[in-house]
Amino acid sequence: MIPGAPTGDTLLERAPVLLRDWLVGFLPGPARWAAGSLLMIVAILAVFGTLFAFLTLAERKILARVQNRPGPNRTGWFGLLQPFADGVKMLTKEDIVPRAADPVLHFLAPVALIAFSLLTFAVIPYGRHLVPVDLDSSILYFFAAGTATELAVFMAGWASHNKFALLAAMRALAQLISYELPLLLSVVPVVLATGTLSATGVVAAQSGWKWDLVPRWVVFTPWGAAGFVIFMISALAESNRSPFDLPEAESELIAGHLTEYSGFKYALFFMAEYFGMCALSGMAVTLFLGGWHAPLPLLEFIPSYVWFAVKLLALLLGFIWIRATLPRLRIDQLTRLAWKFLVPLALVNLATAAFWSLSAPWPGPLQLLRWAVALGLVAGPFLLLSRGLTAGLRPRVYRYA
Amino acid sequence: MIGTGLLKGLAVTARNFAGSFHDPKRFVTTQYPEERTKLPEAYRNFPFLVSESADDPMGTLRCVACQICEKECPPQCILIEKSSDKKPDANGRMQLYPKIFDIDTAVCMSCQICVEVCPFDAIKMDQVFEIAATDRFTGLILDRQALAKPDSYFHQIRPTEAAEVEGRLAEGRRAAQEKARAAAAKAAPAAPAEPPAAPSAEAAKPPRPPA
Amino acid sequence: MNAVLILIALVTVGAAILAMSRRNLLHSVLLFAGSWAGVGAFFLWAGAEFAAFAQVLVYVGAISMVVLFAVLLTRRSREDLAPGPVSRSRAISAVLAGIAVAAVLLAAVAGTPLAVSAGPAPAVSVRQIGGELMGPHAAALLVVGVLLTVALLGAVVLAAGDRPENPEDAP
Repeated sequence: MIPGAPTGDTLLERAPVLLRDWLVGFLPGPARWAAGSLLMIVAILAVFGTLFAFLTLAERKILARVQNRPGPNRTGWFGLLQPFADGVKMLTKEDIVPRAADPVLHFLAPVALIAFSLLTFAVIPYGRHLVPVDLDSSILYFFAAGTATELAVFMAGWASHNKFALLAAMRALAQLISYELPLLLSVVPVVLATGTLSATGVVAAQSGWKWDLVPRWVVFTPWGAAGFVIFMISALAESNRSPFDLPEAESELIAGHLTEYSGFKYALFFMAEYFGMCALSGMAVTLFLGGWHAPLPLLEFIPSYVWFAVKLLALLLGFIWIRATLPRLRIDQLTRLAWKFLVPLALVNLATAAFWSLSAPWPGPLQLLRWAVALGLVAGPFLLLSRGLTAGLRPRVYRYA
Repeated sequence: MIGTGLLKGLAVTARNFAGSFHDPKRFVTTQYPEERTKLPEAYRNFPFLVSESADDPMGTLRCVACQICEKECPPQCILIEKSSDKKPDANGRMQLYPKIFDIDTAVCMSCQICVEVCPFDAIKMDQVFEIAATDRFTGLILDRQALAKPDSYFHQIRPTEAAEVEGRLAEGRRAAQEKARAAAAKAAPAAPAEPPAAPSAEAAKPPRPPA
Repeated sequence: MNAVLILIALVTVGAAILAMSRRNLLHSVLLFAGSWAGVGAFFLWAGAEFAAFAQVLVYVGAISMVVLFAVLLTRRSREDLAPGPVSRSRAISAVLAGIAVAAVLLAAVAGTPLAVSAGPAPAVSVRQIGGELMGPHAAALLVVGVLLTVALLGAVVLAAGDRPENPEDAP
């Protein structure tokens, strides 16, 4: 730490908390806690709702520029009002419910999906003093709420009374549960290394700089980098993003489990997908990229929530970049990727992380050996498993009758 | 090794993204309707009638209401009604003119057959495509007021074709004038009893149709 | 007994009762998932955070999926989803068995003296739970691990079957 540098109690850091306390101070004592929680909820909804709106626009513009065209540029300067135009369109569309559909489940599916997606935002530390709910096992809570969203996907597919929607919902479920394993397994080494299941604890364990230059983030260790890559791939699959967007592709069973949804319910499904993307990126930032910590000591004057936002936006732009680049995977290809490649890799990563934390107290020169062994443990299985994954791929032989 | 293709792909998309801001080859969109792409000269949409001068479009139409295009049009979208009187054309001869010349652009298929068969170079293909109408029946029928455009406009949209037509017509006019002068010179020193029907018959022969 | 506990109990037991009374099998499954979430809420009320989140993660997230897949993959038509009693005598014996089990449970719960401690409940941290699992209860953890591995292997073997791989299948 550079002496004299701001330690984190600057006014800018505490500004949101002070604002909330001042607003809540207008109310009598007993109502203060509820009002404070309500304010935090409103703030999260406002911030991530706006982020969702402009993320859709950014995605369309970036995808367009990659494809040599300008993207939406007619609604407002540079198309900035496009999300609002889309919102108006979605809200004014007729809400069609098939007559044979199960009305209760058909209505509940998007509601449940959005509810569980929003629940995951409660435990992410957005700044030094900005974590809505600080639980002892907040990482477990995050993934518990995330897995509950799969139930809503099934409800959507089954309630539509459409055999193609049901088939697509089953495929979507298979994709979601296949990628739960690598997602969780890539988080376990982080918990192992930091010794705590709470998100704020993990962020605190990544504070400080080695030699005042290199941050102690998890991603700068061999097992951390591998875990980060596995987590990002699984997050892509969990939020149904390209190249794993088989459930919602137009050429795949129309719109998959969303076929019978129109208007605002459809918008809710997409909002839930983007919220899931943002929440998983937020958790990736927390677990792997050092949360709200600045990368260099002299940049600490920039408030922590700004750093969190910068890292989050970098990950989201990475998602969009990958969407612009990769073709879609088939269902058998993506399940094979999950079970035969990512799960063994994540298990080996766990072993690497265990070796890393056990070899932490090794003396000076042996640290090089530690790095070499860890890198070998990360690269070796990767090369072997990838050879196994592409083993059977040959050019197809066509035999004509 | 697995993953190298992915990284190469990411590099390609990044190059496309960065290039779209400064390299015109990587940003090929024209912002219609503020910018328009240059149409090729041979682009055609619906026909128009050629008038010799812009000051009197109705009076100087090249069309003589011969109705060849009306008969040759495959979807029969042309309607012509001949006039009852005659007007002098560019060569000075009295010709009929079309009292009604309607083209139904809802039916016209832009095949250019009317242009190919016209012996007078009176109908040519236009290039405008922004002629949307609010009524899908009568709104799409263009009458001769809407169809008549001056020869200068023809030169502007199809320079090479117009130059060729111009050359041919000028050649025809010159040949007709030569013949008229030769016939007049031959008839003048002859006896006044010789009827002057021959030179007018010679001069009344129409110019060679375009090849 | 405060209001929150009564509310959680009503939700959990109510969802379970509704699940048992629905004719539509899939509605029953989803109401079951609701009652499992209610059990998770009860754990949370009691201060056992880890147990609550593990309950939601495992039951609502995974076991409900298993039940749904089992129901959907084994039914033949939509009508199969609304089962009814096979015969009247079966229904009566089912009710009697239910009453017997309920009586045993009530007797056990009412007869056990539950010691109420004076101070507030201790906050058990995840670290303590981990320590307990790895220390005194390590044998149980290993047995559960072996059991789960065997179950997983069995599932893979059953699912893979012994169909010969068609060389024309896409890799």
